[in-house]
Amino acid sequence: MKDAFGAPQSLLVLGGTSEIALATARRLIALRTRRVWLAGRPSPALDTAAAELRGRGADVRTVDFDALDTGTHEEVLGKVFAEGDIDVVLMAFGIAGDQARDEEEPLAAVRVAQTNYTGAVSAGLVCAGALQAQGHGSLVVLSSVAGERARRADFIYGSSKAGLDTFAQGLGDALQGTGVQVMVVRPGSVRTRGTAGQPEQPLSTTPEEVAGAIVTGLRRRSETVWVPGSLRVVMSALRHVPRPLFRRLPV
Amino acid sequence: MSVDTVSLTGWGRTAPSTAVRFRPRTYEEAAAAVRGRGPRGAIARGLGRAPGDAAQNAGGSVLDMTGLDRVRALDESTGTVRCDAGVSLERLLRVLLPRGWFLPVVPGTGRITVGGAIGSDVHGRDHPAAGSLARYVSELDLLTADGEVRTVSPGTALFDATTGGLGLTGVILGATLRLKRVGSPLVSVSTERATDLDDLLARFTAGRGGDRHGAPMPYASAWVDLLARGRATGRGVLTRGEHAPPSVLPAHARRTMRAPRTVQPDGRPAGPVLPGGLLGRTSAALYNEARYRSAPRSRTGELRTTAAFFHALDALPEGNRLHGRAGLVRYRFTVGYGQEEALHRVVRRISARRCPAFRAGLQRFGAPSPGWLSFPVPGWTLTLDLPAALPGLGRFLDGLDEEVAAAGGRVCLAQDSRTRPETAAAMYPRLAEFRELRAELDPTGAFRSDLARRLAL
Repeated sequence: MKDAFGAPQSLLVLGGTSEIALATARRLIALRTRRVWLAGRPSPALDTAAAELRGRGADVRTVDFDALDTGTHEEVLGKVFAEGDIDVVLMAFGIAGDQARDEEEPLAAVRVAQTNYTGAVSAGLVCAGALQAQGHGSLVVLSSVAGERARRADFIYGSSKAGLDTFAQGLGDALQGTGVQVMVVRPGSVRTRGTAGQPEQPLSTTPEEVAGAIVTGLRRRSETVWVPGSLRVVMSALRHVPRPLFRRLPV
Repeated sequence: MSVDTVSLTGWGRTAPSTAVRFRPRTYEEAAAAVRGRGPRGAIARGLGRAPGDAAQNAGGSVLDMTGLDRVRALDESTGTVRCDAGVSLERLLRVLLPRGWFLPVVPGTGRITVGGAIGSDVHGRDHPAAGSLARYVSELDLLTADGEVRTVSPGTALFDATTGGLGLTGVILGATLRLKRVGSPLVSVSTERATDLDDLLARFTAGRGGDRHGAPMPYASAWVDLLARGRATGRGVLTRGEHAPPSVLPAHARRTMRAPRTVQPDGRPAGPVLPGGLLGRTSAALYNEARYRSAPRSRTGELRTTAAFFHALDALPEGNRLHGRAGLVRYRFTVGYGQEEALHRVVRRISARRCPAFRAGLQRFGAPSPGWLSFPVPGWTLTLDLPAALPGLGRFLDGLDEEVAAAGGRVCLAQDSRTRPETAAAMYPRLAEFRELRAELDPTGAFRSDLARRLAL
């Protein structure tokens, strides 16, 4: 069960090797969390992540989960929920893709869309159903600022996140009054191992900052969390910039 | 019996969860609800005054007991009252007081049901002399997991597990309570100001005031200014009281025990949720300053009605909404006599952190109750309400828990919403016995609550 400050005792991470998810797990373990499920494709990275969290005192288990294999979601996640209540589900899987290559290879673009959107719709609905049955819990959905407005530089990734974001908002409304909270997290560009060496984007953030914002959002029972918080203001302005002008902005 | 699905929280308005709510009006309907419970079990709920998650059951059934509210019999020859579990203490007192009877234990709110009061084994301001409520329960009707109603008497293991058992041994359907006689519906109150915590503790133990025979006044509690700093840390106002003799009433009112009613029964519209920042540090400090200065340095013999003396806070409608959307967290702990240094450290830490602590109250406890999970043990008990939105409050309270546990103290489970399970287990040594009895009596886990899940009770 979550305590009065929204700190969960059990956590399920979908996308168990995500840096943001692991930073969040570390923070939650320092608060209350004792049971952690890391769901992802079996890999040495997943085992390393599990071992690291175990070293912090949590009971960590891994589970074989593939976002693209939507047919198995119900069974795989059903088994996790059958083992005991899950207080927070963190949907952190997703791929950034490579815009230039994806424009050339439609199949690669479809893979981005299927992982980030179709996979999330399937896993999100399965988890929402399970959370609703247990009468409490939070579903944290990692969206992106890229889903807020299409940019020339990453519109394939951005459109998949836009779909996910809209889905999560609607799901949150559908779950009003069921004791289940859906929280949409919209980070700016996140500096991770993958983006090391690339030029820094404006209003970029780190996995630690996103993790901190997620923990605060759980405490406040927020519906939407921007990281950094100033993005909320910036994007509400950018959203209304006319397209001919927006195209020329260096964003 | 009406049935609906609702999202519930405790009085603190934190950690909502959804359950199917049944409103039984008879013992049979309650038994049917327990037999028809889902796989996630059932828990009884009264007026929802527990600040934490003791009366919530996420994804399961919640039995709203307020429909079971008959005062069945008042036996004036033996001084006992028999009533259903859903009767509120406020209403019970309205029935009893005009006849010259009073409950032997009255907690800080009258808006709590008899069942809830027994399930959390409440105590009053006269605990050193009177003990907790369980001492005055002659017997109770308990609906157990098999759907049967058992009559449970004091001195049995089931009784000691049920009084203070947080509803986890079954649903209390009714009880017989022993009463005490009072001479008038008024309380004679004396008030004194203490300049710091040492002064406050000294005044508590001195036991001054009192009646003509010099006996200490039975009711004593203090409000503590937790925002005062420096040499004033822990300053407060000590209030004592005793039931006034009939001679204080005008002659025409002596037989009917009439008294001005200052606290009206429920029925007010719900107040608005105030923005959380409204009760911030500055306003809290100003309020405390004013409250301290306006208290008399020393005054005796002031007459108040029982409602105004025991349940002054019930006059404030929706007091739980004052702390904003995030709700409030109540921290209530006790440390034994001889551990006053630990109490000092906790008060200093709260005062140094400048938490806008409201309703901070200090009381004393006497002999412990036989209830296995009952809160009172001999010593001092401090209660405070904090806004849940304060950043870092969780860790801060964990730190206070450590201080309290190291001093051999404990936090109150019925009011808890955030303790770690391992801390709770260390504070309640008889928890293992409680778990054993539950496993034997209720092997399928028919009675569960969010609190029980969170603390693995």
